[in-house]
Amino acid sequence: MTDPELYAGLNEIFRQVLDDDTITLTPSMTAEDVEGWDSMNHIFIVVEIEKRFGVKFQAAEMEELKNVGELAALVREKVAAARR
Amino acid sequence: MRGPELHWLPRQATWSQALASAVPGEAAWPALCALARSRIDALETRTLDRKRQRLVPEAPPGLVAPPIRLAVLASSTVDHLLPAIRVGGLRRDLWIETYTPDYGQYTQALMDPASPLHAFRPTAVLFALDSHHLLAGIEPGGDPTEIERRITQIGDDLAAQWARARQAFRCQVIQQTLLPVFDPLFGSNEHRLPGSQYWAVQQLNATLRQLADAEGVDLLALDAVVASDGLAAWHDPALWHRAKQEVHPSAAPGYGDRVARLLAAALGRSSKALVLDLDNTLWGGVIGDDGMEGIKLGQGSALGEAFVTFQRYARDLSRRGVILAVCSKNDEANAIEPFEKHPEMVLKRSDIACFVANWTDKAANLREIAARLNIGLDSLVFADDNPAERAIVRRELPMVAVPELPEDPTLWPGTLAAAGYFESLRLTKEDLERSGQYQANLRRGGLMASATDLDGYLRSLDMRAIWSRFDRVGQARTVQLINKTNQFNLTTRRVTDEEIAALIDDERALTLQIRLTDTFGDNGIIAIVIGMFEPGTGDIRIDTWLMSCRVLGRRMEEETLNLVVRQARALGAERLIGVYRPTAKNGMVRAHYQKLGFTPNGTPADDDGTEWVLALDGWTELPTAIVSEAVAR
Repeated sequence: MTDPELYAGLNEIFRQVLDDDTITLTPSMTAEDVEGWDSMNHIFIVVEIEKRFGVKFQAAEMEELKNVGELAALVREKVAAARR
Repeated sequence: MRGPELHWLPRQATWSQALASAVPGEAAWPALCALARSRIDALETRTLDRKRQRLVPEAPPGLVAPPIRLAVLASSTVDHLLPAIRVGGLRRDLWIETYTPDYGQYTQALMDPASPLHAFRPTAVLFALDSHHLLAGIEPGGDPTEIERRITQIGDDLAAQWARARQAFRCQVIQQTLLPVFDPLFGSNEHRLPGSQYWAVQQLNATLRQLADAEGVDLLALDAVVASDGLAAWHDPALWHRAKQEVHPSAAPGYGDRVARLLAAALGRSSKALVLDLDNTLWGGVIGDDGMEGIKLGQGSALGEAFVTFQRYARDLSRRGVILAVCSKNDEANAIEPFEKHPEMVLKRSDIACFVANWTDKAANLREIAARLNIGLDSLVFADDNPAERAIVRRELPMVAVPELPEDPTLWPGTLAAAGYFESLRLTKEDLERSGQYQANLRRGGLMASATDLDGYLRSLDMRAIWSRFDRVGQARTVQLINKTNQFNLTTRRVTDEEIAALIDDERALTLQIRLTDTFGDNGIIAIVIGMFEPGTGDIRIDTWLMSCRVLGRRMEEETLNLVVRQARALGAERLIGVYRPTAKNGMVRAHYQKLGFTPNGTPADDDGTEWVLALDGWTELPTAIVSEAVAR
């Protein structure tokens, strides 16, 4: 999976969950930068990511993420592990 | 295991485009209702709910039932479930508004009349309490008797909360059963370990079932849902730790749909009839081509046994009050033959209240079936193995529920059960006798067609109207009838159990329930009337008058008026005031009071209804062929 594919997928999930078609994610973005990205919506985003990419996050992993870049890296790592 | 998704609903390939193209206006609500009747996941459900909030921010006019205000009382996070509850309503044409106090605050909110909960004035209250909260303090190793006592106490405390909610709001109360989120400590014989939380969940759920029956509370049986879907589909410990969500967000659509079913059932909006296709639905093969020996049914093949099991499920549904009908493209003689002669048929001709087999299109036949059974098209569920037929019926008759049956008939009973079309809250004697009543009605219809003069026919029926005021024995049936009758219903006013209980004790109220028997059997309770004195006058205002459509054309209206007048006179009334409030479904009774000799009243009612007057002085009873008798006490 290439970075553009990964980001396209994440973009679509964020847009759907937050109901905002203007969202374009960049690696340095945090919850502060995206309107509506609160703790409840974060759960929805995580659940949708798990469904779409066929991965499962651990409880602790979800808490350590600082920005979109780290989230994307974690997804990339999980997808790769799942394919091994 | 099918998981928590709404697998009985059809997928719609163009769902997203259809949602995007929905625009404000009168067409928005029906368009959104149709979109809710698709197999949508949690995210789509949320998107649909948001769109509804934008396009239809207020309850639209012409709803099938009054708007519902549901209070969800919770001890952990439930906000993620609320959109799905509202969409569950949308799927049933019901407007549901939700309110939830801050979690953990539900007890205070219930007790404080100044709380926002009281200001919300809920028409239904759902106790959605999580297992950790309810079983706090239950631990293994303690004194077994003390643990028993505590579990009993938890149940009693809950019952006290229910009573508080009912007293404050006089409304439906729903209690969610506990999710089995704990792991066993002992193993298969966990019940031998007092204080095991795993076992305590089961004990408390059993206690809740008894208490709910005693208190008239309805259960949302999450434990039963999890038993079929698997706990992992409904609960993720990681999300519990992180967000205190006991129910997984992905399970929200299934959760919301089940809550909406209970609300719909209380309003009499559950489906009433199961209409069955024949070839490849009740048996394998085509009776017209394969013949009696060729169709697959019964012992000898797995497929044949699957059809027997499906027939048995349908028959058992009819035993609890669901009406069965047949709608098949066939020559009638061919279609009926297996019902009469095939030894493996579970369903007999006498189980089918309405049998339609011809070459007309199925949508037209379903209309005919609804008309003959005297029920609305939105009360029908149509089971057909053929995806093309299903699609046509859905397009022509979007109000008919058409389950998406999987290819394997083995799965069909589970599909119908999961869809919850026939969700019911109380079993009445009438439910158990209903299929027999419809049978007798069809025979009466046959007699009517053969009788040349109506009066002679009516006399030959030997009809008896057995009447009484409202009483405790009939209370459940009274509430059920009032809340589900849509067509012959002058005001479509709905009631709660408590309101009827109050009327039973009110000697100044005019209340009447009438049972009709005839040569073919007992029709059950077929008429309900409620009247109250207008304060300070001799006028009794009839705020409820409804009848079963099964007994139309038999001058039962006239006989009911005779009984109303007798009771009104006994109460000292001088005039009756009749009210008609139009709805989408009760056009048939627009001229009801006029036909009975009432005159239009000068002052119209407070809305778009009409008011009618009958002076009792000198009024003489109307002639009928019905003999009335009071219930012997």
